[in-house]
Amino acid sequence: MNLAAHLPALQVVLPLAAAPLAVLLRGRGAAFMLVTLAAWAAFAVSILLWLQVNASGPISYALGSWAPPWGIEYRVDSLSALLLMLVCGIAAVVLPYARASIERELRQDVHYLFYAMFALCLAGLAGIAITGDAFNLFVFLEISSLSSYVLIALGRDRRALVAAYQYLIMGTIGATFIVVGVGLLYLKTGTLNLADMGVRLQEMTSHRPVLAALAFLTVGISLKLALFPLHQWLPNAYAYAPSAVSAFLAATATKVSVYALLRFYFSVFGETAVFKRLPMEDLMLILALAGMFVASAVAIFQHDLKRLFAYSSVAQVGYIVLGISFDSVTGLTATIAHLVNHAVTKGGLFLLLGAVMAGMGGTTLARVHGIGRVMPLTAFGIVLCGLGLIGVPGTAGFVSKWYLILAALEKGQWWLVFLIVASSLLAVAYVWRFVEAAYFHAPRADLAAVREAPAGLAIPAWTLVGATIWFGLDTSVTVGSAARAAAMLLGTGAP
Amino acid sequence: MSEWLVHPGLVLVLGAFALPWLHGGARSAAVLALPLAALVCLWQLPEGARWQTAWLGYELAPLSVDKLSRLFATIFALMACGGGLFALRQTSRLEIPAAYVYAGSAIGVALAGDLVTVFVFWELMAVGSTLVLWSAGTKTAWAASRRYVMIHLLGGVVLFAGVTGHLLDAGDAAFVRMAPDSVAHWLILIGFLINAGAPPLSAWLPDAYPEASWSGTVFLSAFTTKTAVYVLLRGFPGTEFLVWIGLFMVFYGIVYALLENDMRRILAYSIVNQVGFMIAGIGIGTEMALNGAAAHAFTHIVYKALLLMSAGAVLAATGRRKCSELGGLFHSMPLTTICGTIGALAISSFPLTSGFVSKSMVTQAAIDGHLTWVWLALAAASAGVFLHAGIKFPWFVFFQKDSGLRPGDPPASMRWAMIAFAFLCIALGVWPEPLYRLLPYAVDYVPYTAAHVLTQLQLLLFSGLAFFAMLPWLKRTPTLTLDVDWLWRRPLPALARAAARNFGRLRDGAAVRAGSLAGRVSAGLRRHREPDGLFLRSWPTGGMALWTMTMLLAWLVLYYLP
Repeated sequence: MNLAAHLPALQVVLPLAAAPLAVLLRGRGAAFMLVTLAAWAAFAVSILLWLQVNASGPISYALGSWAPPWGIEYRVDSLSALLLMLVCGIAAVVLPYARASIERELRQDVHYLFYAMFALCLAGLAGIAITGDAFNLFVFLEISSLSSYVLIALGRDRRALVAAYQYLIMGTIGATFIVVGVGLLYLKTGTLNLADMGVRLQEMTSHRPVLAALAFLTVGISLKLALFPLHQWLPNAYAYAPSAVSAFLAATATKVSVYALLRFYFSVFGETAVFKRLPMEDLMLILALAGMFVASAVAIFQHDLKRLFAYSSVAQVGYIVLGISFDSVTGLTATIAHLVNHAVTKGGLFLLLGAVMAGMGGTTLARVHGIGRVMPLTAFGIVLCGLGLIGVPGTAGFVSKWYLILAALEKGQWWLVFLIVASSLLAVAYVWRFVEAAYFHAPRADLAAVREAPAGLAIPAWTLVGATIWFGLDTSVTVGSAARAAAMLLGTGAP
Repeated sequence: MSEWLVHPGLVLVLGAFALPWLHGGARSAAVLALPLAALVCLWQLPEGARWQTAWLGYELAPLSVDKLSRLFATIFALMACGGGLFALRQTSRLEIPAAYVYAGSAIGVALAGDLVTVFVFWELMAVGSTLVLWSAGTKTAWAASRRYVMIHLLGGVVLFAGVTGHLLDAGDAAFVRMAPDSVAHWLILIGFLINAGAPPLSAWLPDAYPEASWSGTVFLSAFTTKTAVYVLLRGFPGTEFLVWIGLFMVFYGIVYALLENDMRRILAYSIVNQVGFMIAGIGIGTEMALNGAAAHAFTHIVYKALLLMSAGAVLAATGRRKCSELGGLFHSMPLTTICGTIGALAISSFPLTSGFVSKSMVTQAAIDGHLTWVWLALAAASAGVFLHAGIKFPWFVFFQKDSGLRPGDPPASMRWAMIAFAFLCIALGVWPEPLYRLLPYAVDYVPYTAAHVLTQLQLLLFSGLAFFAMLPWLKRTPTLTLDVDWLWRRPLPALARAAARNFGRLRDGAAVRAGSLAGRVSAGLRRHREPDGLFLRSWPTGGMALWTMTMLLAWLVLYYLP
């Protein structure tokens, strides 16, 4: 049996199998080893897939040798390959961090459950990115969602339970909408294969169930990706979850939902007459702008760093959706590049906040006073990531904003350029709140003896901080892949 | 990159990060050595683009040298050195490193061969200068620095939008001559002009600079406006509209400086006035005028720094800034008086001082171009400069009535900095040849002809007479002068507060509950600071679900409409 031919299946099976095994093993050391190895192997697989896609085009894998459209197809193209690499890469970095982090934050007897849930979540997210089947996508969405509810509820803060419950309700509403949408599409087209669905929809003109399906899918996925004003579940979920979970979900969960939206919009509905006539772009534009400004403005007034940066995530989702609303290759390039860039930046940021949590015992602005003196490296890392969020040249955030601006200019919309840059000024304001607390106040007397974060927390965090800078300087992986994926989605280039 | 070359700007910027770790003699040595090292590096560089790199598909040349950039980089490095020497005894440990980041990035702008590099160093300059302002440590400096950084971030945003547009239009990042013919180029021009202190935002300059420490103002006076002059020289020479901007700035500076009572605000307004001369020269755009603008920037940095050093020495010794509270200091501060007077003579373009050999080139270019009105205005303004800076500053601070203050001359480091710059002022005036050789175009101009000297002396004589004849009206009372900055210091915040109050009232009525989204958003914004503000509080699950349904309905309705 040729292993290379089965890489797409391995991508999902590795973490999926690791989860029950971790429960069976029970020991937290063994569970950690197993899940980490699975995540690293999955990362390696995703890199191999990415290389293979770059070299020889998209890969279609028929699960159980049932040929599509009857069987479930796993389909890896330039977009899903990038997403897989992102999700598995973040997991590979976060897991070693999680070991040091949950020692401090979780009871020891639930550690093996944490690892099992983490593996499930990873399997679900990777599955969404790889599957070419609409119902399979829904199943993986549920796997990742259910496991993330548990992961959030593990948080030490008692508010974590409420946050997880709210996320559960909202996530379930979203999932219901998605399944209603998928069901309607299945009724109309008689197929669940995404590519096949797209072909069959082209033959139909305005059919109301198709429109309803589009509406249900849009709202359902918008909820999962925290598009303003459906973002309210997000800040609490990120703020009260264990640090490693905050980092992993902030970096991947919303991004994979964006992927699902792109898939449905461009691979399924993209070529249909229905889609071209709808005022979808204007709606997306308005919601994206509202998200960028309202969420950034709200972030400025937060007292807790985790909530502050959670709101900043909502604002950054606004940028991502803004790129979609342009409906052009440059716009989608910006979206996909920002997907990766923001994931890396925000992931690094939440990992550093976990280190702050470990050192200072909390992440409220009042508590981190003077952190620039007691934990200089961590504070500096947060500032670097903050610069990335603002979009300072030399950081990853700049590159994607750059393409966003290019896309706006292509459409001749100067006013949008101003809005994009002006919203960056709001980001300056909220990052400044951290800088002011960290460098212009003396540390609290009881926290003056705090030491720098241990290597187990610092090394993974700085890996992502380094990536933030790296992707700001060398854009061949991010923008290169994003441009290919965007051309593929719009059908203007080689897949 | 064929050979290893050091970027002089980065020498200063990176060196600045080492300074906070040094103490005592080592620190003093480093403070003086860094700018000199940058200067040496600069003169090692052969002309042409030295570093080349690609970024996002654009060719960048972050280090490229020609005569114009070398001239500006040289004076920036000299200025950093003189300022560093003057500020050696500054107690704030932040100020010199910040100033070196500031100076280094100014050099970076001067040596940038592409617009992206210009933008990066431009923003770094804004950061450095804001830190210099802060390090004064007073409450007013803190407030001023916040206003300052907002204006400069705004300028940066405008510049960035322009640069992006230019890259798209031209497909090339090279920093070459442009004309204001497209939106992008207009935005770049506006971004440059904001830093130059051009109307209508000139007021940021006299608002911010006088609030820095006694040594901070010396640094601030040199870099921001002069890099703006440099980029205008390179990017927009011969843009006619700049002549009028420049003339406006010239007279704006004179009028406000004459009304002003604070000695350092007088000098700050006079920066706007002097930069106005340079911008008018750039607008005229002949080789003579551009040479004149470049030379004037060079000499201006030296004498304005000298003037602000003497003002700084007075401030450090007496703690007073207002002309009405100073006077008669020549008794006990003879050296400061002499240096301040030399600076004042230079700014008035007295023959045998540096101002004479540079400013006269701009006025001469106006004559050669048959721009009679421009020439008349510039000549009148020269008289005005003598009034406000040439006589008014030294007269009210060092002479006039005796205020009874008897502070001594400043410590050695400050004395030597002043002496060195005073020497430069005279030397450049007596031997202009070395400066002329540095200028971007060949100089065919002899400053010391009988006609030039006589015209200038007459002008100065009569304006001097006018000053003393009108002395009773010029006596400063401790008043405040209103400027445009008042708009963003008072009415704007008041307007915001009033708006917030009114929205609050609206919110109380039941109308808003069913009312427009705009009303709700503004009410929510008003309540931001409260933990239960509209967007700030955690929403109940039901509320979230309601939103979801609303969204679904909205989408469905919108989909069915077409």
